[in-house]
Amino acid sequence: MKSIADINAIREKMQKVLGTRDAQDDADTRIVIGMATCGIAAGARPVFTAFLEEAAKRNLGNVKVTQSGCLGMCKFEPMAQVYIPGKEVVTYVKLDAEAAKRIVSEHIVNGNVVAEYTLDIE
Amino acid sequence: MYRNHILVCGGTGCSSGNSKKVHDEFEIQIKEAGLENEVKIITTGCFGLCACGPVVVVYPEGAFYQHIKPENVKEIVDEHIIKGRIVSKLLYKETSETNIKALNETAFYKNQKRVALKNCGYIDPENVEEYIAYDGYQALIKCYNELTPQEVVDIVKASGLRGRGGGGFPTGLKWQFTKNSVNDKKFVCCNADEGDPGAFMDRSVLEGDPHAVIEAMTIAGYAIGSDQGYVYVRAEYPIAVKRLQIAINQAKAYGLLGKNILGTNNNFDLEIRLGSGAFVCGEETALMASIEGLRGEPRPRPPFPAVKGLFGKPTLLNNVETYANIPQIILKGADWFASMGTEKSKGTKVFALGGKITNTGLVEIPMGTTLRTIIEDIGGGIPNGKKFKAAQTGGPSGGCIPAMHFDIPMDYDNLISIGSMMGSGGLIVMDEDNCMVDIAKFFLEFTQEESCGKCTPCRIGTKRLLEYLEKITEGKATMQDLDDMEKLCYYIKDNSLCGLGQTAPNPVLSTLRYFRDEYEAHVKEKRCPAGVCKSLLQYYITEDCKGCTLCAKKCPVGAISGKVKERHIIDVDKCIKCGVCKDVCKFGAVIKK
Repeated sequence: MKSIADINAIREKMQKVLGTRDAQDDADTRIVIGMATCGIAAGARPVFTAFLEEAAKRNLGNVKVTQSGCLGMCKFEPMAQVYIPGKEVVTYVKLDAEAAKRIVSEHIVNGNVVAEYTLDIE
Repeated sequence: MYRNHILVCGGTGCSSGNSKKVHDEFEIQIKEAGLENEVKIITTGCFGLCACGPVVVVYPEGAFYQHIKPENVKEIVDEHIIKGRIVSKLLYKETSETNIKALNETAFYKNQKRVALKNCGYIDPENVEEYIAYDGYQALIKCYNELTPQEVVDIVKASGLRGRGGGGFPTGLKWQFTKNSVNDKKFVCCNADEGDPGAFMDRSVLEGDPHAVIEAMTIAGYAIGSDQGYVYVRAEYPIAVKRLQIAINQAKAYGLLGKNILGTNNNFDLEIRLGSGAFVCGEETALMASIEGLRGEPRPRPPFPAVKGLFGKPTLLNNVETYANIPQIILKGADWFASMGTEKSKGTKVFALGGKITNTGLVEIPMGTTLRTIIEDIGGGIPNGKKFKAAQTGGPSGGCIPAMHFDIPMDYDNLISIGSMMGSGGLIVMDEDNCMVDIAKFFLEFTQEESCGKCTPCRIGTKRLLEYLEKITEGKATMQDLDDMEKLCYYIKDNSLCGLGQTAPNPVLSTLRYFRDEYEAHVKEKRCPAGVCKSLLQYYITEDCKGCTLCAKKCPVGAISGKVKERHIIDVDKCIKCGVCKDVCKFGAVIKK
């Protein structure tokens, strides 16, 4: 037997899970991780999972974590691109799980690009 | 949290295309890739685009894959799920043309407005928590917390919702009448005995979003003062019955049905009653007789069910689609609902598109949308470059809409004014290859067989009417027969006991009204203009025949003779008009006359 409060708690919990199914919205922030053979070989999977977990932990409903193919710069993998509406796209390179967590907290939440992981082609 | 959701359609259409195997294959492949904690796989209700089934949608990209077979699954997992590359060759064609187009931008979905089908194809119908996530049971909570029963009835009245089963009676009034009846016991019933050939709206709602119906019936129970409901559903809908039963069980486990719902003082219980597929049991009095365990036969009204219904108690009976609208009307308000549609027909209507149309499937549109939009934009037009002849609405109780009314806004009253009716929402499209007399005969064969036999005008009248139609299609009728047939139609309409008989002649009357020339061609010239009625056809081999002997070899009755490299001849006495010779001829030398 559930009370009205229980139903509302289920609703909140499930909305997070099902947010993935909302129509693609231009107002959403997207984190796109390179998941081609090169990316996966370089360790993109734990990075991906870290992005997912961190976004879920912080209840970032409007953040979509998705994947893409090879960006052509395999030596910089694992890579991720962050699209925030109205801002320039930021490309991060040579990531690990720890870096992913920092990007979510420093860049996505607080708006400060994590400079030490950005792409810097000389 | 899952990064990808794979939604496999589990409606009846896609299920018969083996979508269950596709789902299983996804589970195997995802497991093999070690992604079972990252990717969620669910089976949903109908997406609507049944012509493209089995359908699979992958979120968050919203990639809409069509005609998916188990052998395609590995490619989708390897490419899309693991590497993030959408497999564009498997996408629904319109979404892959220009880069990737979102599904709700395609012609099929763009013109639709989904209210009753809101959750169909988005949620797992076997998981009540997914329904709750999309505001499920919030309307019920709102009723218990904020609204008196009379206020609930007033909202339904103000919304302008009318019965979606076909009659179009104002739903709010029905609720008010049942509420006003004083009795120690009242019932709430749901009519899910969808029997029209070509109609599958109610089935799809029950398969895709069963909790919407359960929630609405619980709200109805609160509004009219009832604690017991029945859903009368056809046994021929096994998937719908199974999902509804699962949904009822889950609702009970979550305290959303039963005693002291959600810790309040409200009680409501719900049971399924299976119908055995008698068409007449969709008629309300016959339906209630059937629930009581009696023969499914109608009785005269009044008394109406709101006064004396199931087991002699006041009973509220609505159709599945009507109920599916209720929770959203309560949540979003009567004004929101009344803002859609036309002056006298509010909201949206679900149609089952079938027949000669590219996008066979399930669509929901605001009332007042024109037939042109439905057929040309949403339906994708008539295949093979054929010409539109007519659309049949309302099944065996309805009539035809000819091309001259292509731009009429579809609502209850407009359809009646042109001799058709909304009906439950089956919409069968016909092109120049359909014979209208044959169509009328098809529906009469159906109603004649389904007549319960209680009243004479229906039992004998439909039989005699069918005999007239058979005479016409065999080329044996006279013009006098045509007149007599029309008179008989009105006699049956005026004298039958229930809706089945009263509407049975409609297909004949409406085709007579718009396609009298076709009837006359059958009678006067002994000719079927569309080339459908076999008795009036003759196959004939023209001078284009090269004497290849293929037709003679394929003819199942040996009716074709002729020497190699010489023109062949068909023996009309032996010919059974199967058309094989015409199909196999490579030179187009066999024609129908």
